[in-house]
Parts: sequence; structure tokens; C-alpha cells
Amino acid sequence: MSTVKYSKEHEWIKVDGDIATIGITKHATEMLGDIVFAELPEKGSNVEKDGTAGVVESTKAASDVYTPVSGEVVDTNQAIVDDPSKINQDPEDSAWFFKLKIKDPSEMDTLMNKDDYDKFAKETSA
Amino acid sequence: METKKTSLYQLHQDCNAKFVEFAGYQMPIQYSEGIVEEHKFTRNHSGIFDVSHMGQLFIYGGEDLIKDLEKIFPLDLKNLKLNHSKYSFLMDKDAGIHDDLIITKTNEGFLIILNAACKDNDLKILKELLKEKYKMVLDENRSLIAIQGPKSSEILDDVVNGVKDLNFMSGNWFSFENQKVYITRSGYTGEDGFEISIANDFVDKLTRELIKKGSKLIGLGARDTLRLEAGLCLYGHDLDKDKTPVEANLKWAISKERISKGDFIGSDIIIKQLNNGVSKIRVGIKPEGRIIAREKTKIFNQSDVHIGEITSGTFGPSVNGPVAMGYVENQFSKKNTKVFLEVRGKKHPASVCSLPFYKKSYVKGVN
Repeated sequence: MSTVKYSKEHEWIKVDGDIATIGITKHATEMLGDIVFAELPEKGSNVEKDGTAGVVESTKAASDVYTPVSGEVVDTNQAIVDDPSKINQDPEDSAWFFKLKIKDPSEMDTLMNKDDYDKFAKETSA
Repeated sequence: METKKTSLYQLHQDCNAKFVEFAGYQMPIQYSEGIVEEHKFTRNHSGIFDVSHMGQLFIYGGEDLIKDLEKIFPLDLKNLKLNHSKYSFLMDKDAGIHDDLIITKTNEGFLIILNAACKDNDLKILKELLKEKYKMVLDENRSLIAIQGPKSSEILDDVVNGVKDLNFMSGNWFSFENQKVYITRSGYTGEDGFEISIANDFVDKLTRELIKKGSKLIGLGARDTLRLEAGLCLYGHDLDKDKTPVEANLKWAISKERISKGDFIGSDIIIKQLNNGVSKIRVGIKPEGRIIAREKTKIFNQSDVHIGEITSGTFGPSVNGPVAMGYVENQFSKKNTKVFLEVRGKKHPASVCSLPFYKKSYVKGVN
């Protein structure tokens, strides 16, 4: 069974075994507007929890993408680099950003579940 | 200071606008469909822009006014035909730009459209220069909307009969609900279109009529991507007091006749720069790939020497790629010169290109 959790920086993370898939939430895409550029971390690189692991840009501005947990980047989604509008269309499924081999599973405990994140998103955007 | 609202505020809200504060006004940055869709709708169909925050300065006067304004603006106003418009600038004595503007000759004098953030200062400067000789009204009782895009002529003509006969950069008085509206065939998107000056109490009704005929409200976000694709300058970014019209590559807007006389504010510097060249100049910049270079991005030459800076940069939805403009040292301003842009610490290849990025022809000869 897979678990989905959420960060305060509006990333979602889905874990299957020791592999995590990470992307940005629908709420994040609504705040950003039309996404026209995406930059992903390099395959094989190591990223640290809460560190920068990519960039998205809308017509208005650039925003960093952070990784909610530490690990080694094992895969990246070239499809969203080639067509960034896919991120607006399907942010929480096919438009994932990168996959990590998780370094420390206990880091997952610091993240929010769906109900808590929805509440957090509502409060912070009000 | 409390932010002001335009007379279309309620309509913006009804259309689910996201607002931003701009030059002291609550203005719509985008509506529910988003900047890319709004941009494309304007290019392919027709978009309405609330630009009521811009200044509408009416100056009343005759022959003396023409002479006095020619001391200020580098234009041949004497030979400008009634109801015809010109793009120009208000400059200081060093030819630094206080504002860029559109000036139209009316039957009572001139109408000058000023940038929102500059209008109060412009009025102060013009009052000092004209020494209370003429009645000047920065009219807060009139709204200004633009309707832009290929279907705009048909849509507006359905509501205000006769506008489709206007030529580009000319205008006239028309009637809507028995109100006098001043309409010019102009705009700032690179599309055919019109700007409409109308009493505040009637702008909501007019705009709703235009929406009923198939046009849509478009936010400031798409206005920015549209004007940048069209290679047009935004004051406070591409133009300011540290830049002259020659450096801004806008010498086409300076009357040759007036240069030969050299009797307007800033003319010494303009003539010097036209004769001797400039050290920096505004160019189009096309990044390779998809990287977006925003304002203040540093530009380097192939030997890694810093040669300039981006002043506007975004993603162009019609170009389907990044577009930018900026100032570079003159020797690197030739088309196709290879440069590098420093974005997030990395240098990305780009090239100098001619403007605009996106070109359509304006309607010139309907009559």
C-alpha cells in the first residue's frame, strides 16, 4: 500500500517501498498560474530534506521546488520539461517531478496527511 | 494610502479576477482562464483591457499651445492632423525619459495618455513648463478601456457604429448611450484594436455589451506578455530616467524635422547621440531552449564579460518560448550576436534578435 503525504512548501510525496515520487500540489499550481518552465534535479544527485530540487516558472514568476525528504534522485519526468503545461493539467499524478531512493524513512513523519494539508492550504491562501 | 478601484471593479469581481496592486490601483492580473489562454484569445479573437488607471490628460489651447508643446515633445505637432496620434516621451534636459505616452490632436487641444505610475509627476512637470497658460485636466471622471485583437473591429463597430472606418493611430468622437466617447485605433498588444475613453458611469455597460458580443476581459498579466512579444516598452522597466529614446532604440518616434531645429527639451543629447552613437542600446534577446530570463538578469558576451542587463523577460505564449529585451553595449547589438544570460548562477546561451517577436499588420488603409 502506498502513502501520500504533503509538505508546507506544497509538494506531495507518494511512497512505494523505499522509492518516493514527488510533485507539486494542485493548490500550488492554482497559486502559480500557467506553468511555462520546469527544471528538475539531475539523476544520480543527492538532495537534502527541504533543499532546492528544481524550479517552476509561471508567466509571472519563478518558484523553487523543494524536496520533502532526503535521498538519491533515481528518475526525473522529462515529459514536464518538454511540456510544462502538463503540470497544470495533472499535477498530482502524471506530472510528477522526480523519484527518490529514500535515505531516512523517519523524515516522512514530519509531513502532513491530506486533511491537514487541505486545511493548511486553505488557511495560508486566505 | 488606500488603493483606488476603477469603475470596472465590480465587473472584474463578477469575472473572477485575481487582483494585484499596481500604481496605487487594485487591478486584475488575470481571470479564471489564466494568462496563456487570455493571451491567445486576444491574438486570435478579441480581448478587453481595463486601463482606467492610466492618465487621460486634456490640454486645451490653439496655436500657442502647439508651439509650447513642441518645446517639450520631439514631435511635429504643427503638421499633425486633427484626431491623429503619435507615440512620444516626456524627457528631462539630459533626454532621460520621465514617461512614454500617446498624444492626440483634438478639436480643443490635445489628449495625452500617460502611464498610471507617472501621471501625477507628469502633470506637475507639464504645469511648471506651461506656466498655467492653458487649462489642463487629468480627467478622473473618464475610464479608459482597450479592445484588442482581430475580431475587435467587428465587435466594437456593432456597439459603436462607425469605428471600423478609423485608421491606425487616429481617432474621433463617437456616441454610446448618448454619451460622447473618444475612440482611437491604437493599443499596446501588437494587434489591431481601439482605446475608448468614456465617462465612468457608462464604462460598465459598454464593457458588458462588448462581452456579450464575444470579447472577453483580459488581465494585466497577458497585457505584459502581449506587449513584450510585440517588442513594446514598459515604463519603469525598459524605459526610465537613466535611458534616452535613442538608447531605447525609439529614434523612429522622434521627428526628423524637429531634430534639424533642435529646440526641444533634451534635444542637445538626442542630437549628440544620433551623430556619435550610444554606448548602450535596447535589443531583443531570444534565449535558446526554454529558460526564462527575467528583469535584472545579467548579459555576458562570449568572452564572459558583463555587457548588459535584461529589462523585461517572460514566456511568450504565441511564440511558444521565452522572450526578452534588454540593454547591451552597442558593439554587441547586432542581430544574431551570441550572448549568455546568467539565470540561477548558470550561464545560458541566447542571441540578440530583432523586435518584435510576433508581428501582425495594423490596419492602415481602410479608407
